[in-house]
Amino acid sequence: MREPTIFELSSPGRTGVTFPVSDVPKFDLPDDALLRKELPIPELAEVDVVRHYTHLSHYNYSVDEGFYPLGSCTMKYNPKINEDTCRLPGFLFTHPLQPIETIQGNLALMFEMQEWLKEISGFAAVTLQPAAGAHGEFTGVLMMRAYHKARGDSKRIKMLIPDAAHGTNPASAGMLGMEVVTIPSDADGNVDLTALKAACDDRVVGMMLTNPNTLGLFDQHIVDVVKLVHDCGGLMYGDGANLNALLGIVRPGDLGFDVMHFNLHKTFAVPHGGGGPGSGPVGVSKRLADFLPAPLICIQEEADEENPPLYGYETPKQTIGRMKAFHGHFGAIVRSYTYIAMHGPDGLKAISQYAVLNANYLMARLKKYYRVPFDRICMHEFVMEGRFEGTDIRALDISKRLMDYKFHPPTNYFPLIVHEALMIEPTETENKQTLDSFTDALIAIAGEAQTNPDIIKTAPHTTPFGRMDEVKAARELVLCCWLPENLPD
Amino acid sequence: MNTPANLKYTKSDEWFDAASGKAGLTDFAQSQLSDIVFVEILVSAGDKVEVGTPIASVESVKAAAEIYSPVAGKVTAVNGELAGAPETLNSDPFEAGWMIQVEGADAAGMLDAAAYEKDCEGRAH
Amino acid sequence: MTYIPHSPNERDEMLKTIGVKSLDDLFDAVPKKYRFPKLDLPAALTEMEAADLLDELAGANESTHQLVSFLGAGMYNHYIPSVVDHILRRGEFYTAYTPYQPEISQGTLQAIFEYQSLMTALTGMELSNASHYDGATATAEAVNMAFANFRGKRRKIVLSPAVNPQYRETIRTYTQGMELSVAGDDANADLLAGPEALLPLVDRDTALLIVQYPDFFGRVFDYTKVIEAAHAQGALVCIAANPTALALYKTPGEMGADIVVGEGQPLGLPLWFGGPSLGFFTTLKKYVHKMAGRLVGETVDSNGEKAYVLTLTAREQHIKREKATSNICSNQGLLALGSAVYLSVVGKTGLRQVANLCYQKAHYAAAELSRIPGMGLCFSQPFFHEFALCVGKPVEEVNAHLLEHGILGGYDLGKDYPSLNGYMLVAVTEMNSKEEIDMLVEVLKEAVHA
Repeated sequence: MREPTIFELSSPGRTGVTFPVSDVPKFDLPDDALLRKELPIPELAEVDVVRHYTHLSHYNYSVDEGFYPLGSCTMKYNPKINEDTCRLPGFLFTHPLQPIETIQGNLALMFEMQEWLKEISGFAAVTLQPAAGAHGEFTGVLMMRAYHKARGDSKRIKMLIPDAAHGTNPASAGMLGMEVVTIPSDADGNVDLTALKAACDDRVVGMMLTNPNTLGLFDQHIVDVVKLVHDCGGLMYGDGANLNALLGIVRPGDLGFDVMHFNLHKTFAVPHGGGGPGSGPVGVSKRLADFLPAPLICIQEEADEENPPLYGYETPKQTIGRMKAFHGHFGAIVRSYTYIAMHGPDGLKAISQYAVLNANYLMARLKKYYRVPFDRICMHEFVMEGRFEGTDIRALDISKRLMDYKFHPPTNYFPLIVHEALMIEPTETENKQTLDSFTDALIAIAGEAQTNPDIIKTAPHTTPFGRMDEVKAARELVLCCWLPENLPD
Repeated sequence: MNTPANLKYTKSDEWFDAASGKAGLTDFAQSQLSDIVFVEILVSAGDKVEVGTPIASVESVKAAAEIYSPVAGKVTAVNGELAGAPETLNSDPFEAGWMIQVEGADAAGMLDAAAYEKDCEGRAH
Repeated sequence: MTYIPHSPNERDEMLKTIGVKSLDDLFDAVPKKYRFPKLDLPAALTEMEAADLLDELAGANESTHQLVSFLGAGMYNHYIPSVVDHILRRGEFYTAYTPYQPEISQGTLQAIFEYQSLMTALTGMELSNASHYDGATATAEAVNMAFANFRGKRRKIVLSPAVNPQYRETIRTYTQGMELSVAGDDANADLLAGPEALLPLVDRDTALLIVQYPDFFGRVFDYTKVIEAAHAQGALVCIAANPTALALYKTPGEMGADIVVGEGQPLGLPLWFGGPSLGFFTTLKKYVHKMAGRLVGETVDSNGEKAYVLTLTAREQHIKREKATSNICSNQGLLALGSAVYLSVVGKTGLRQVANLCYQKAHYAAAELSRIPGMGLCFSQPFFHEFALCVGKPVEEVNAHLLEHGILGGYDLGKDYPSLNGYMLVAVTEMNSKEEIDMLVEVLKEAVHA
């Protein structure tokens, strides 16, 4: 039951939303040579458009529909109030270049958000400019580079990255031409201290560490790791992807991290939007504060008895520059601001406590049926192996079969250091009944693996579409339902 | 797994034919990568290569790999057909799938077919 | 506990299953010295209180709906049809994850495929990716792509001074570690010169020439000859385009561009104080493997039904890691959907109307304003919906006066171009009525002669 594309639905001459006729005297258009001849944009009525996208929406799984145990993605419930507050007309219709007197509401909100994120993470300063986690990482790595450069320490080109890291970490370092040195994990899932020690020298820019790591484990030697890196003159980068385990539990700044990005679309409930937009503010320790991207939001004139403070912009002294146009993903920042305001200090701590409770509960119930390579108390997520002795069933098959049980699959094949990894992150917003049905489904699949492996290998059976021919997609490369040669001469 | 006895191999899955001077990616490697959808040869005829110089970049539907020169010498030809037909690396890695031809190279230090097969078996588990 | 559903009994049962006594016992791995910091944050608000607080903050702004706006310079005040947000507020779209599981993500995948098709059609190129963060970062990614295309062997970028200053700044930030040189936009560049003036800089070491269309000052140039000349040096050419203008003008594809990028905000997305917006990126098939970002392709499923998947994923950071062209992961998926809905619902007719209204109203405004004694247009070239106006006084002063009359004046060009002190960049869209334009003329007259 395929929905036609918007181009297939088009009917020449049909109109949707139209605009008023011009109320000014007519001016001639420029010479024809400068104008386009055809505009191959579809022609539909409004109702066609609404039905088309409504039909498409029915083919999607979403958090509003059900459980999304995607490791390292923090697919928590997205509160509805945030969708209203971020769309208040005063926010939605302000231009980023307006004079500051006319946007004091936006600036006050952003200033407070900077302060709140500093308090939550233990950092000295925060920029809200980066557009997503990877963008925040890039910002952080640029600042690390600038810091060493400003000290005349130009031979530092090695970035230490654990083998369990997200791909964005080495890619961010790669964008700056740095040499990536992979640090292995030890038998307990911590950074291998011997290997780290061997890699630490005067060529190290720093280390990029996700803690808890992508196995869901809090590094038991974190203080030693930070010390080793600092002692060789390196800086410590924290990947904030897993911050949902740490709110009110521990502050990365207190542990000695120098820089960390936040993922507002994970920890602070901004919806994922089918792939974005995210928002990736970055916090830094005092020694990196001068390198932050510009502009930051500041108080330009302190409050007095009659007036509130006047908020404005400031440029850090040794800024790395601008990471994107304007001020960051303000719409996402308003959502997270609303979310933090509604949680307060105790509510934030409860988020992490219950996220960790849920993950450990799932692990406790599942470890009899699936191999858990690092069996100790986990943080907000854990990794198990999606394979069974004597069968050729793989993590991918189990994932597809879970769809028949109406669950989104966990993250597959990541981290790379676990065979057939299934990485499960339940978040704090799932109740016990949901977690129980999910474990029941996985236990049932473990049973099917012995009695009816075919039903797993050929899954999913109940979704609107079956498994895809990915080779055909990549080889034929049809990326567009409209091509220039279709255009009439 | 196909490992022709007349060729020499590296642990990073390249082959070299001392008779023709041609080098490429092994059958074992292509099967691990699965369906290859993109090949870019990174060197041109006339370039000098060392052992370990990146000579090609390969992407499949699920993985990516860099291919390194198994030998040192001067490149005399590169396979221009591959870019338009990357699937050749899956179907015929040792003949039509050659990547570069090198002059004045020797296969000293490379593995023979038996040793390479043994190495692959070790990695498959 | 706002969104945490556990009852105390359930919590205790779960702790028992795990084998620990309390929630705090789950955190023994965290160094005791740093465990459980007391956060100095305001106490939690209820939803009702939070709604009030946010209302108050939003109310402290003066929006473009309250003021009469002639401010553009990269983001434009256009009408957003009601349908757009109705679709974007469907939980099936906005609470979905990246469509890595195509069997249960065909809604997002097909919508992005349609977005790619619409952007391809609008720019006249061969393919589009699934989006970048904004126009500035999309332009910076064009530099990454060109650099990767020449495998780092060409190390120079030529940048027109008439490219949005914030884009140029972003490119400089992005390329800090790449050891390449950026030429063409130094402070004493001749702004009156056309794009041909850049050609002497384009040489055999140049990876990319970047121009804007219409340029930052609103001017519309046909870049065909410039592109031909740049190609003769083997360089690629990127055009940063305004999508509304593309409804009217010759496409960058027709001019021979290799890459077309831009800010998609004019296509049905709110100003939102600058973001999130939408960076679009279209190019030619031969460059697809060097392009960053996600890409949706057509295929069939196991039943032979036409369907869509994320394709060529091995280019991306999660597989290629440090060898990837870019580290981009999250993109602007939901906003790409918003733009697809906008383009679908205004359609060919509506989009042409918008472009035509922008053109007509801007030209009316320019004609009326340049009649004011002491005022005049800075440039004589054809323009679209934005133009540089000499106001003969510090723009900040003039804008303060306009604001007193409820008018948001144009961008102060002196901020980025010292030679354009006293010049204001005026943007006019379909949202500005004749009455508003006439008011701008009257108040400016006053302001200048005050």
